[in-house]
Formats: sequence, C-alpha cells, structure tokens
Amino acid sequence: MGDNGANTKFRRVAFVTVGTTCFDALVRAVDSQTVKQELFTKGYTHLLIQMGRGLYIPTKSEGGDGSLAVDYFTFSSSIADHLRSASLVISHAGSGSIFETLQLGKPLIVVVNEDLMDNHQSELAEELAESKHLYYARPQTLNQTVADMDLKSLVPYSPGDATPVAKIINRFLSFPDD
Amino acid sequence: MDKGNACPYASMASSVTFCCAIFAITLVIIRIFYVIYWGSRPHRTRAPQPVSTLIVLGSGGHTAEMLNLLSVLQKDRFTPRFYIAAATDNMSLQKARLLENSLADENGVQTSETAQFMQIYRSREVGQSYITSVWTTLIAMMHALWLMMKIRPQVILCNGPGTCIPLCAIAFLFKVLGIRWSSIFYVESIARVRRLSLSGLLLYKLRMADQLFVQWPQLQRKYPRATYVGRLM
Repeated sequence: MGDNGANTKFRRVAFVTVGTTCFDALVRAVDSQTVKQELFTKGYTHLLIQMGRGLYIPTKSEGGDGSLAVDYFTFSSSIADHLRSASLVISHAGSGSIFETLQLGKPLIVVVNEDLMDNHQSELAEELAESKHLYYARPQTLNQTVADMDLKSLVPYSPGDATPVAKIINRFLSFPDD
Repeated sequence: MDKGNACPYASMASSVTFCCAIFAITLVIIRIFYVIYWGSRPHRTRAPQPVSTLIVLGSGGHTAEMLNLLSVLQKDRFTPRFYIAAATDNMSLQKARLLENSLADENGVQTSETAQFMQIYRSREVGQSYITSVWTTLIAMMHALWLMMKIRPQVILCNGPGTCIPLCAIAFLFKVLGIRWSSIFYVESIARVRRLSLSGLLLYKLRMADQLFVQWPQLQRKYPRATYVGRLM
C-alpha cells in the first residue's frame, strides 16, 4: 500500500487529521515523545497535524538530526491534497476521512475518540480493522500501534458499489432491468 | 325522579358517539395497515412513467453515500429531482448542484428544468436546550409540511440523520390520508455496522420505510426486514 518502504522520496509525511471536531487526546498523543520517536524509527521525516477546534497546541519543530519535523494547522479546504501527499494517515474515526484515505490507497491508523457520547464511530473502524484495511488504536495505545504496524500486511480497500441498491429500487418501482 | 328518563337518552347519545369514534379509529388503523402492507410490496404496473423524486441529503458522509447512489440511478426515470438539506448545511446542496449541473451540461438542458434545491429548518441543533427545541420542532414540522405539499414526491430517498424523519412522517401521513402515494427508501449509513441509527430504527420499527437497506450483513441478521446491499463507499 502507498509508497511504504520505497526510498524514492526523501520526504515521508505522517499526516494527522481530526476533521471538524476537536480531539485533543489524539493531537497530544501524536505530539508525545514516544509516538514521534516511533514514527521517526519507522522512517517518517515529517509530522503534519490538522488539529481542528482543539485547544492543545503541538510543538513545532524544524526536524533534522534524529528527529521529526512537526507542523500543524487548524483547518484547510484541501484536506485531499494533504492526504494525497502523505505516506501515513492517522485519522479520527469519521467515515468521511476513513473512506477518503482508503480510496487513495494510503496506510491508515484510525484513533477512536473515547470522549464522544454516541460512540458508534468505533464500530466502523473496528470492522475495517478486522478485515485488515486499517489499524485501529486508542490515544493511549497509538505508540504501540505505530511500533507494531506492518504496512505490507494491510489489505487494499476496494471501493463499494451502489448498483445493487439501484437495481432493487428500480425493480421495486417496476422499472425494467437495463 | 326524572333521572330514570334522562339517563337512557344521554347514555344512548354517548354510546353512539363512542361507537362512531371506535369505527373511525378502526378505519384509520385498517388504512394504516393497508398502507404498510402495500407500501412494502413492489409495484405491479408495467412500464411506469418517470417518478418525481425527493432526495434528502444528510451532511458529510451521509451526503457522500447518497450522491454515490444517485450517480448510478437512471436520471430519466427519477425526474424531476428535489434535493433537501438542513439549513445549517451549506456543503451538501453545493455538491448536489455540481452533480446536476454536469448532468444538465451533458444533456444540453437547464438544471432548473430537472432539479430543485431546498433547505429545511432542523428541529434541534447540536447543544440546543430541550425547552426551546419544542418550539423549533413545531416550526420544523410546519416547514416540512409546507415543502412536502409543494413537492408531493412519488419516491423518497434518504439515509439519515434526523433531517429526513419529519419528511418521511408527512409522506406516510399523505399515504394514509390518500393525498399522495409515495415509496420511501432508506439506506442506513455505512458507519452503522452493528446497530441501526436512531432514524433507521424509527423508520424500521414504525414501518414507515418501504425498503430499508443496510450495508453490513450482520445488521441484516439483526433486523430481518432490512435488505443487505453491500457497501456503497
């Protein structure tokens, strides 16, 4: 998946996205020394954080000599561009972010926000993790997930298909099949 | 005492009213069962005309899934199309407009001939207090009623969240009252793997959706009247 393992690019970005929410626990976790060290060991050179409405501000860093370059922003109209140029995506559990990343074929770690009241979001992430389309973590276990992950073992996601629904709707309304 | 004379008339009058009420309620219940029974059965007429279609756009991921479904539906059958999104959601209608404009360009027609875009008040915004939401729910219901009287769709496509509930309830009421027969299709979001969303559950339990689609097999096992259709995303 992605350009994992290939040394074609000097720049290997781990992109973190929290969507429109605030998810300080995730931003704090990726900004921790242990996670940054694990990411660096795995060969990532840059850490870019989309922090949304969060209050916790990560520490910016220029990188070089044995450490990650760290940068952050709150919102961007073109998350898609950041996803496209990333080598690894660490995302909140929103279905929009998940499918956008999977359809770009990028390795993905989904971190579930345990502070959310209605936490149905973890259902989707767990299900997709079970079929090995992504890794699933909690903020406290992210460093372990990064350390243990083997991106080659991830199964590429094949996009879904709406034609079965369309067919049933057509039949129901007694439109002839094409 | 004249109590003995007055009482039979009074009790007769009240029992007549009572019987009438029972009769009316029975009729309504029979009609509701009729609507539920025939609503969930495929149409039998051949070669139907194009159907006016209401598409309720949820927001974010919901809208993305709905537009995926629309991209494979035959536009000459599902026409004209009416799009409704929450008044606080600016992105969804914009995305629908983009889709409709590219369709119109292909066929050399104006978008305004084939599609209309509307916004609806939400009954409750995130974080709104429950006391004020009684009032806003009333306004939202009236607004939904007004929109539905204008559109009177034959087909309703929705996939949550709550925006679609007042519209579906009114569509169901129209069916019971014989104002307009419509088919309500609900596609549960791909994010729901183990349990239906509140909107999905309401439409399922109250049997307001004529067809309820789910995208995961384990959901279909839990809710047997739902139809498993595989992933849309």
